[in-house]
Amino acid sequence: MTNDVDRNRRQFLTVATSVVGGIGVAAFAAPFVLSLRPSAKARVAGAPVEVDVSKLTDGERVSLEWRGQPVTVIRRAQEVIDKLPEIRDRLRDPDSDEPQQPDYARNEHRSIKPEFLVMVDVCTHLGCAPSYRPEIGDPRLGSDWPGGFNCACHGSRFDLAGRVYQGVPANLNMVIPPHRYKDDTTVVIGEDEEEA
Amino acid sequence: MQDNNQNPAASGGTALGDWIEARFPYRQFLRNQLTEYYAPRNFNFWYFFGSLALLVLVIQIVTGIFLTMSYKPSADHAFASVEYIMRDVEWGWLIRYMHSTGASLFFAVVYLHMFRGLMYGSYKKPRELLWIFGMLIYVVLMAEAFMGYLLPWGQMSYWGAQVIISLFGAVPGIGEPLATWIRGDYLISDITLNRFYALHVVALPLVLIGLVLFHLIALRTSGSNNPDGIEIKEDKDENGVPKDGIPFHPYYTLKDLVAVGIFMAVFFFIVFYMPTFFGLFLKPANFEMADHLQTPEHVPPVWYFTPFYAVLRAIPDTFGGVLAMTLSIVILFFLPWIDRNPIKSWRYRSFLYKLLLLTFAGAFIVLGYVGIQPASTTIDQIGWRMTQLYFLFFVVSWIYSYPRSNRYYYTAFAIVAGVILMFDLWRGPDAFAWAMSIVPLGLTAIFLLLPTVTRLDESKPVPERLTS
Amino acid sequence: MALMSACLMTLVPVSTAVAGGFEMEPANNDISNQASLQRGAKYYMNYCLGCHSLEHVRYQRLSDDLGIPEDQFLEMLAFTGDDLGDMVKIGMPADQAEDWFGGVAPPDLTLVARSRGTDWIYNFLRSFYVDGETLTGTNNKVLENTAMPHVLWSLQGLQKATYEEDADGNEVFAGFETVREGRLSPREYDRVARDITNFLDYVGEPIRFERQRMGVWVLAFIGVFIFFAWLLKREYWRDIK
Repeated sequence: MTNDVDRNRRQFLTVATSVVGGIGVAAFAAPFVLSLRPSAKARVAGAPVEVDVSKLTDGERVSLEWRGQPVTVIRRAQEVIDKLPEIRDRLRDPDSDEPQQPDYARNEHRSIKPEFLVMVDVCTHLGCAPSYRPEIGDPRLGSDWPGGFNCACHGSRFDLAGRVYQGVPANLNMVIPPHRYKDDTTVVIGEDEEEA
Repeated sequence: MQDNNQNPAASGGTALGDWIEARFPYRQFLRNQLTEYYAPRNFNFWYFFGSLALLVLVIQIVTGIFLTMSYKPSADHAFASVEYIMRDVEWGWLIRYMHSTGASLFFAVVYLHMFRGLMYGSYKKPRELLWIFGMLIYVVLMAEAFMGYLLPWGQMSYWGAQVIISLFGAVPGIGEPLATWIRGDYLISDITLNRFYALHVVALPLVLIGLVLFHLIALRTSGSNNPDGIEIKEDKDENGVPKDGIPFHPYYTLKDLVAVGIFMAVFFFIVFYMPTFFGLFLKPANFEMADHLQTPEHVPPVWYFTPFYAVLRAIPDTFGGVLAMTLSIVILFFLPWIDRNPIKSWRYRSFLYKLLLLTFAGAFIVLGYVGIQPASTTIDQIGWRMTQLYFLFFVVSWIYSYPRSNRYYYTAFAIVAGVILMFDLWRGPDAFAWAMSIVPLGLTAIFLLLPTVTRLDESKPVPERLTS
Repeated sequence: MALMSACLMTLVPVSTAVAGGFEMEPANNDISNQASLQRGAKYYMNYCLGCHSLEHVRYQRLSDDLGIPEDQFLEMLAFTGDDLGDMVKIGMPADQAEDWFGGVAPPDLTLVARSRGTDWIYNFLRSFYVDGETLTGTNNKVLENTAMPHVLWSLQGLQKATYEEDADGNEVFAGFETVREGRLSPREYDRVARDITNFLDYVGEPIRFERQRMGVWVLAFIGVFIFFAWLLKREYWRDIK
């Protein structure tokens, strides 16, 4: 090999060219990766959904679809809300420590307004739709059933705030989607509450 | 000259590398293909286009894959899905413009690559198969481009395809059933679109990649030709390394890297500033959805097909035109056996041969221009004359293969001029045509009569070693 | 580059003369002029959208790109029940439209600027003239016998075409003559035509302004890469020479 080769210069230029070339390749790849995100069409289809809850009476619910998921809105009576803390010791995550809800719904009733529960109606075990069983002591679920959700697929149980019981297949509380109140009785599902 | 035994890009091995090498000899592969593959040291810029063609192929495959994710191959939705890509898909416009620009630049690069082969005699022994694989790639690429052009389902897509498929209909006897079989319908329809899609995105790319592999294997076997047309393998040093060879890596990889940068600059300049390229890459009429009841006024093919399209139009008979067009492509396959002059590079060939090759290149470019223009008397006449010059190249190349006697040249001139006049008479000449016949006859006289009275047909001596 | 462009322009001759003596004027619109785009959008919604959809365009995109407040669209959309995310469609069913306009439904105009060019649109909008032989009572110099009525007549007024004889005795178009004044002066009307043209030019390729802005950076970056790659190549090739 020749002696007059400036190894430092070669090293420097090799690194410099590689770095610039590497950035170039990454920049070239970026549009391809980004093109896989939801397109404008998908974003429109997944736009927030509005629901009027003024007609709901205690215990009633309304179901709708947001981004292909069933979302249920339930009006809970005051006594139901008052009873929520009573079965804490039977729940796996009574304080909603797992990030299954937006921060503004991380409370005992897992909602913005205590009386309205807005929840994705999908079992966190394997994705079945749990049944709404509000009656206390529902014969199918035993005399100590305080009302809640029961998934017929594998027997997972949730309380009336969607919190999962201990000793059932599901590990996580049911998902609370981002939502906000446009006015007193209109819920927008898919948009976060604006910071006060 | 550097010491060939130690490649400056060589690096030490690692334990993991050794483990892999024992099971998958990648280092040996890289040595064979790059660091101990010796290429002539005198490549000029014409030698960039092979690597660049490979680069464009990769761009086309990658952008193509992403386009298929949003494109819908159906007559009802294809046009709208392209606009969906252009508007709703994030960066879809960039991916689509890269694909449409890439298609045109693919041909630009391939044409330059082929012309390089003509200049330096790269098709000659021992590289005949290399040339033939290259020609096969070119033909498959034409089919690939033609089918891809139907997919946006615009007016030009539709009527361009209509014209090309009709060519098959001109074959005597089986023509119409053949065209119907290609379309899968009695007109170009959803069915045609769907099958062209399948061929465009799966079948032909697979064939193309296979052929590119064959092309490269053939290249690695015979080694690259060079601007001097001298076989560097015939002059090796004591280590068996060609004296005029340098390792492909790092020398030509780095040189190609600069070329890649320059190519990318051109490519992205077009993508960002002139994606329709004056209506040559994306035609205005193709922004209207295909309508099988309304023909656009003028249906020229995309620019890279126009030279052959001009040959087709030059013949006033449908099947004759198809034959001439087919012949104009097929004859290129036989070039290694048509031009058998032992001197490869045009550097050492005679003045007349250089003039002949330039005439051919010029005729090809003019044919390309003619093919874009709407038919008219003048345009048709120019197309006809350029077609004659196109074929004259092969005839004269064949004659120039060996030293010929004066009598041979006289006879050859008489025959060629006779054939030209015969075709002129068949085509029905007028005063303008007679005046224009001076072009092919004059050039034939230059190529076949000047050797008898001048020394312009004398080649230069080929040196032993590469010159620069 | 300029030379190359010049050569290529001659390859693809763009004919500006449409028919017998009528010359197109350049549109000279500017897609970076957002005020013009906003006005063009407003005119389009008021005068064109009754018949001509923009079926590949979303209201939301128009609102975002042109800086038109969403409320303005929502107000307009309240009648049709459409949403901001919807495409700019028309209420008229295509088959009925065909009946009303003598067999041809009014075409979608999303891509008209790309297929016909901006000069064509600009001149089309300006060259309606009175012609008693057509159903609509007007004809057009750019698109002869168009089924489209002169919907902007209240702005432009009405004009008639005048003809004169050329040296060979052929009748050629000489110019327009106002028959009835419109609400706008000719200059103001030209601006309206230019704004609509500009809007349609934008609609034809919404990304164009952005892409031209972006290209400079891409090319500059490639320039840096070429510089380093060239230095590196030159460094290694010192071995050879």
